Formats: sequence, C-alpha cells, structure tokens
Amino acid sequence: MRNPLSDKIVDIKPSGIRKFFDIVSEMKDAISLGVGEPDFDTPWSVREEGINALEKGKTFYTSNAGLVELRQEICNFLNRKYKLSYEPLTETLVTVGGSEAIDLALRCMINPGEEVIIPQPSYVSYLPCAVMADATPVIINLKAENNFKLTAKELLDAITDKTKILILPFPNNPTGAIMEEEELKEIAKVVIEKDIFVISDEIYSELTYKNKHFSIAAIEGMKERTIVINGFSKSHAMTGWRLGYAAGPANIIKQMIKLHQFAIMCAPTNSQFAAVEALKNCDKDVEEMVVSYNQRRRFLLKEFEKMGLECFEPFGAFYVFPCIKKYNMTSEEFATRLLNEEKVAVVPGTAFGDCGEGFLRISYAYSIENLKVALDRIKNFVERLEKENA
Amino acid sequence: MRNEILTVLEKNSRIDLNELAVRLGFDEAAVANEIADMEKEGIICGYHTLINWDKTSQEKVTALIEVKVTPQRGLGFDSIAQRILNYEEIHALYLMSGGFDFTVIIEGKTMKSVAQFVSEKLAPLESVLSTSTHFVLKKYKDHGTMLEFTSKDERIMITP
Repeated sequence: MRNPLSDKIVDIKPSGIRKFFDIVSEMKDAISLGVGEPDFDTPWSVREEGINALEKGKTFYTSNAGLVELRQEICNFLNRKYKLSYEPLTETLVTVGGSEAIDLALRCMINPGEEVIIPQPSYVSYLPCAVMADATPVIINLKAENNFKLTAKELLDAITDKTKILILPFPNNPTGAIMEEEELKEIAKVVIEKDIFVISDEIYSELTYKNKHFSIAAIEGMKERTIVINGFSKSHAMTGWRLGYAAGPANIIKQMIKLHQFAIMCAPTNSQFAAVEALKNCDKDVEEMVVSYNQRRRFLLKEFEKMGLECFEPFGAFYVFPCIKKYNMTSEEFATRLLNEEKVAVVPGTAFGDCGEGFLRISYAYSIENLKVALDRIKNFVERLEKENA
Repeated sequence: MRNEILTVLEKNSRIDLNELAVRLGFDEAAVANEIADMEKEGIICGYHTLINWDKTSQEKVTALIEVKVTPQRGLGFDSIAQRILNYEEIHALYLMSGGFDFTVIIEGKTMKSVAQFVSEKLAPLESVLSTSTHFVLKKYKDHGTMLEFTSKDERIMITP
C-alpha cells in the first residue's frame, strides 16, 4: 500500500507537552500546576443564555461569519476596551476558538516559502500552523533579560525579503510577559517600514495586572496590517465552548470567511448565543476573576522569592515562568523529577520553544489553597536539590 | 484598600496577615492598621465561623419569622427592633420592605423551643401584630459558600 500520509504533517514533531502529559496522566495523586485554562466556572448568566438558546431550539447553523448580534458585540467590546474600531459585517469573523483564527489567518495570507516570524517561548500552535500553511517559520528567541518582550532590534534582525507576517503573542503564554504601548510603537515602526503584517494573538488581553491591555492595531497605520485574534476562553472562562474571533482588514477577513465556510461552516451556535451575554453583561465577572488571579500571582512570586527561585515579574495571563538554571538540569529533567518525587506537575519551558530551556511554566489558575499545597512540595524539592548540589 | 481587605476577610477571616498583605500588594503594617481602624469604626463587627451544623451531632433548627408590628407614636421601628433583638435566641433581625416589617432569624435546639419562643415571647409583645414562622429544612448555600454540591476539578492535568 502507498504511504497515505502527508510528509508535511508527519514531519511536524508532536507537542512537547503531549509527551510529558502521558507521564502525568498515569500519576493519579499528582497535583497539577500545568493547566492552561481558568479554574473558574463560566459566569452563570452566560451558561443560562446557553441553556436558554437550547430550550428555544436555536440549534441551526448561523451565518458563516457568525451571528450578526455577536459580531456587533465583539466590535463594541474591542472599542470599549482597546479603542479599536471594526465594522461587524466585513471586518470580523467568529471562529472555533482563537486557534482556528490563527490557522485561518496563516493559510489565507501565506504563499509557499514566505516567512513567518514567531517569537518564542510562545503557544504551541503557531509553528505547526505556519508549516501547514507552507510558510517558512523564523524563530526569535525572546530573552529573560528583556522580560521576554520582543524588541524592535530583534525583529529587524529577523526580517528578510521573504518575511510576510509577524506573530505577536502578548500577553504571553507561557511567560506571562506583556508589551506596553511604547514598546509596541517601536515594533509597529519596523512593521510599517518593512511592509509586513501582524497576527496579534490577544487571547489573554483581559488578564493583565499592570496597565490595561493595549493592542498594536490601535497604533496609527497598524489596523490595516493587523489581524487581531481574541476569544472567550481565557477572559470569560469559556474554554470548552470553543469560541474565538478575528478582526482585521476586510480583504483578509473575506478570505478567512471563505476558508472557514468550507472547513468549519460556522462556530457552535449555542456558544455564540451565550457569548453575546458574556460581552454584554459580564465585565464585572471578568474583573472579579482578574482580582483573584492577581492575588495568586503576587502570592506565588513572593513564595518563589522566599525559595530562592529566580523569576521575573509577569504582568499578564495566568502563568509565572521561573528560572531553574542554577540547578544544572534541563527543564524536562526538573519537571520529571518534581513529578516523580513530589507529585507536582508543571510544564517544562521547552514545550514552548527551545529557548524555554531552563524555565518552567507554572499556572496559577488554581485556588490559593491548592497553590499552597503545591508550593510546599516544590519547596521540599528545591531544598533537596540544593543539598544535592552543595 | 479597605474594600480589597474586606473582600478577602469576608471569605477568610483567619488569613495570615502577611499573606493578606502579599496578595493585595500592600505593606503589612499598613494592612494591620487599616484592619484595626475598621474594627474600631464598627465596619468589621466580628470574626465568625461558617459551620454546617447538619454534619455535627448537635441538634439545631433555624426558623425565619415574618413579623408585622404597629409602630407607636414617637417611637419608630428602631425602638421596636431594640426591644426584640435582646433575646439571645435571635440570630439576625432585619427591617424589611414589602408585606411585613421585620425578618427575625432564630436558632433553637428544637422546633418546640422555637415555637415556645414565638408564642411566649415574640408574639405577645405589645407592638407585634402578627407572626408567621418558617422552618429551614436544609441549607444549600450560606454566606456565599456552597454547603452542598461542591464540585471537583475536572480539567485535564496538562494543557498548553
């Protein structure tokens, strides 16, 4: 029989998280700080709207690009929160999670051999999606000394004649880094001068703990060359509803809608009705979650400081990214031993790119009580390591 | 700062002062001062424990009593409230809008003791016109805390 598979997909190496996950899933009594989704329930009023939509039999397809009412609310939200102004019918598209939007954008914008710049450490999907879109990925290794922000210099150095797109993943998973207005203006200058485009993954935009999130698309001259990706998973604790969206220039969105129409048809109808409520009436629920995350963030940082675990202060998402280089082992060794010896699961930084070596992603999407138990165990572990190294 | 402190304390009055200060990002001494001030000002009125008595061997019944009264000339609802609230059986006393005047929440050992309280002490008061007593059968949620149906973490252990 002939080989049924595409070389392209076979050549993509499986997610680093996957391998580690297989070990974790066999350990029944482990405490995990490895989850990339909120611990909160979806706000009740949102769930109620989902139930309501089901009861009323609203189980048909929506238009390909999503419910008009939802797209209008998305525009209101982006305007209210980030001063972005989009036209709902031509410049927005509702997708199955932010991930689908990233995939669509890449496939609709790339011609074979064009380069996509991907700053790492970052979310695991960018690289495989770029490869599947026939792009040549170009990695920028973000540096701890820059607090894992992207600098204009790093961007400039990575740009070639073939560069088409910069993926901008802030607030960042796994580092928790954010980029602020002034820093983004420096990036925007380069982007405009070199005539490239930006896919700005802002899925964690509501979860910031310093200034309010600022979108690069709000900078003059950037809206026409930026696809803003966002969604409901992180902000409204709606991961399982599978709902995200893209907003951007009409000519790009139009092609993305075409691809989405053939591949997906439309995002889940029930989720779309629920999401209208999320955007209309749930700012307060989001604020309360942010207050909780922020308390945990401060608490974790302080505890790591006490343990002597070096960690820059992250101001976004719900992750901290401590450095474990002083223990002279790889991230994976550290994570594996921590799991075996203390039954705490964390994600090795290398799952998010080679430059994540020497770091761990620790999620604080857990109650303080859970964090305390896990921290005690981590403390035991690092004390043991220090004795071994002494 | 005050509201932030209160929001945490309301859920966990036993929180370590240092932890509270770290979580809120304030100076520990400043937090201690603020708490002391709020105690003096009567903003913080006590530090209680939320107990699910149903899970103990202690017999306890809770009743909610709707009370209608006639406010007397020169003496408003406040003076009647003052008269009522001294009974130690009374757990809470609220002035209400709507079809009746006061809600009295009372805790007793048995239904009989509650009935006795109502018939012998509360109802005979001069200003009390009528009472209507409702017994609590089961508490599901109290002070914002679930007493039943607590959910467990069903998320996948590791996700990107």
